Amino acid sequence: MLKAKRIGTGKSFINLNFMLLGAIMLCGFMSAAAQDRIKIELNMGQERPRIAVPDFKAANGDPQTGPLNTVFNQVLWNDLDNAGIFDMVAKSFYPGQTPGQPNELNAKVWGDPPPNAGVLTFGNVGVNSGKVEVQGWLYDVKNPGAPQILGKQYKEDATPDMARVIAHRFADEIIARLGSGINGIAESQIYFVSNRSGNKEIWSMDYDGANQKQITKLGSIALSPRISPDGSRLAFSGLTRDSWQIMMYSMDLGRTVAFPRNSGDNFSPAWASDGTKIAFSSSMHSGLSEIFIAEASGAGVRRLSTGKGDVSPVFNPKTNGQIAWVSGRTGLPQIYVMDADGSNVQRMTDQGYAVSPAWSPNGLLLAFAWVRNYGPGVLGGSDIYLMDIASRQIIQLTHDGGRNDFPSWSPDGRHIVFQSNRSGTEQIWSVLADGTHLQQLTRQGRNSQPNWSFK
Amino acid sequence: MNKSKSNRIVVLGVLAFLMVAVGCKKKETAPPPPPPPKPVSATLSANPTSIQAGQSATLTWSTEYATDVALDGNKVDPSGSQTVSPTQTTTYHLTAKGAAGTQEATTEVAVAPRATPTPTPTPTPTVTDDQLFAQTLKDVYFDYDKADLRPDAQQMLAQAAQTIKQKGWRVQIEGNCDDRGSTEYNLSLGEHRADSAKQALLQAGVGADAIKTISYGKEKPQCTEANEECWQKNRRDHFTLLH
Repeated sequence: MLKAKRIGTGKSFINLNFMLLGAIMLCGFMSAAAQDRIKIELNMGQERPRIAVPDFKAANGDPQTGPLNTVFNQVLWNDLDNAGIFDMVAKSFYPGQTPGQPNELNAKVWGDPPPNAGVLTFGNVGVNSGKVEVQGWLYDVKNPGAPQILGKQYKEDATPDMARVIAHRFADEIIARLGSGINGIAESQIYFVSNRSGNKEIWSMDYDGANQKQITKLGSIALSPRISPDGSRLAFSGLTRDSWQIMMYSMDLGRTVAFPRNSGDNFSPAWASDGTKIAFSSSMHSGLSEIFIAEASGAGVRRLSTGKGDVSPVFNPKTNGQIAWVSGRTGLPQIYVMDADGSNVQRMTDQGYAVSPAWSPNGLLLAFAWVRNYGPGVLGGSDIYLMDIASRQIIQLTHDGGRNDFPSWSPDGRHIVFQSNRSGTEQIWSVLADGTHLQQLTRQGRNSQPNWSFK
Repeated sequence: MNKSKSNRIVVLGVLAFLMVAVGCKKKETAPPPPPPPKPVSATLSANPTSIQAGQSATLTWSTEYATDVALDGNKVDPSGSQTVSPTQTTTYHLTAKGAAGTQEATTEVAVAPRATPTPTPTPTPTVTDDQLFAQTLKDVYFDYDKADLRPDAQQMLAQAAQTIKQKGWRVQIEGNCDDRGSTEYNLSLGEHRADSAKQALLQAGVGADAIKTISYGKEKPQCTEANEECWQKNRRDHFTLLH
């Protein structure tokens, strides 16, 4: 389990900060200033709006209305709760009457204790002739005039999937207005490796684990999925008859498209955030793994590193001017950073077994997997850590003792998805970057190497 | 068998046959007075008369004045030869029928049980290249997170290099890891392990064109239990012969 406790929906902002501080202090190697700094870098240091999210009302008696309304309410609540930027008012504090329309709203009973909400979202869901229609509002109930912040209408095919999609869209609209200008992630995707078809292939799912779908049908072994910044292409490592090659799957065409082969083994691709470059590991030059960079087309391959055991490159998505990667050049693997032309190599970790760097969207933090206290006979757990790059301060995100690996940042920089065997088998989990809201996203087969979409 | 007795039986049989035949052909013209039939003769011999299981012998036979000749019930030419490969001692029967009667001949082919194969003819011709390859290039094992060859592996590769050169083999070296490390880093570690064996072969004079390396990381374990014995089995280079 994570040491930071799961935040109850009724807890106040002060409680949250206290627990965060406690969790961080337990790590014992970080100053209070650095904690604040990382918290701010996670976009989680600001005051959290206290939001009430009563169930949307059924707009009519169509037999499909009830089930789709239930799906919508559940997904909207989860999306806002998962966002990590709200203080969710516990449902037990809600008044008996909830509005389905603005003319049914009594703002004062929501703004006053016990709900003591700052903002309220409400609305209605109805199915009419095969279409599900949703009306949703967001009101500032603390303000005496109770002004409307948001009013939206949606109409889609009346299916549970579309009810989910509408809830995700509405949640992202709310988050875009209340989340310090950072868009929500409810419509984002996570790509991962699963063996549930019988061999390792690339799969995708919604950010909350819904809609798990097989993407590749390579029939051998597919690893290390990396979705392009615009979401149109999926790079991955595929085992061919005689070598590992970087492969490219077109999400638009629904099939693997040509990508140049290189000699030797080629794996662990990474996209620059502008979509123009790909970095990867290859043995083409020396027989040992080194970092290479190429155009997005795979042309113009250049070698960047001259180490041994060089893998898992990742661009600084803010600038694309730096690459973090893993090297075994001094023995056990460590995290390194270099400029994107191969110069200015810096070693970032100084002990243990450090792998799988993931660069935060704002460019300030590295998440990575670390067996920190590695020694003969002490094969401790691999946990996820966050490093503030400028100060090299480190905080520990998971404290589970199992094997936790392959962190990947959500587009909003507030969440991390990773693989863990804490449940007994390798599965995909997500967690808020402050260590709370741990959730298991996969349960079928073995699942690994999650990669969160850029948007 | 008592020959005179059997001859008498045969003669009686032929007489009976003739009587029946005559009876059936009543309406035909009466047969001319029969010329005295020539006596039927038959000989059958085997060469060699004794073999080992799996070998063969030739049966040779000849007959005179026979119209109907059968070897063990199968109709054959009046004279001829045939190759047989009995698996146990067998007596062959030749039956020759003619106007003057039937003559039989027999011969025996003795079969000795297969001798235990002598070691001399087997070795070089029957060992396939694949078998020789597997004997020559056994898996080599590594320490945890290490890609250095152990001394016994170096020795094995130096010796194997001579056979590789002599046979003109092309070798694929497959680097593998136990499942404790991280997926991507293990691919590079497997690469390094394969390269260590490659360097040893190069040093022993094998041409670079004859060697190909690939890493399977921790994707193709031999063993899936979580103990050191099993992990050690997975930290290896495996060699395959490229055809």
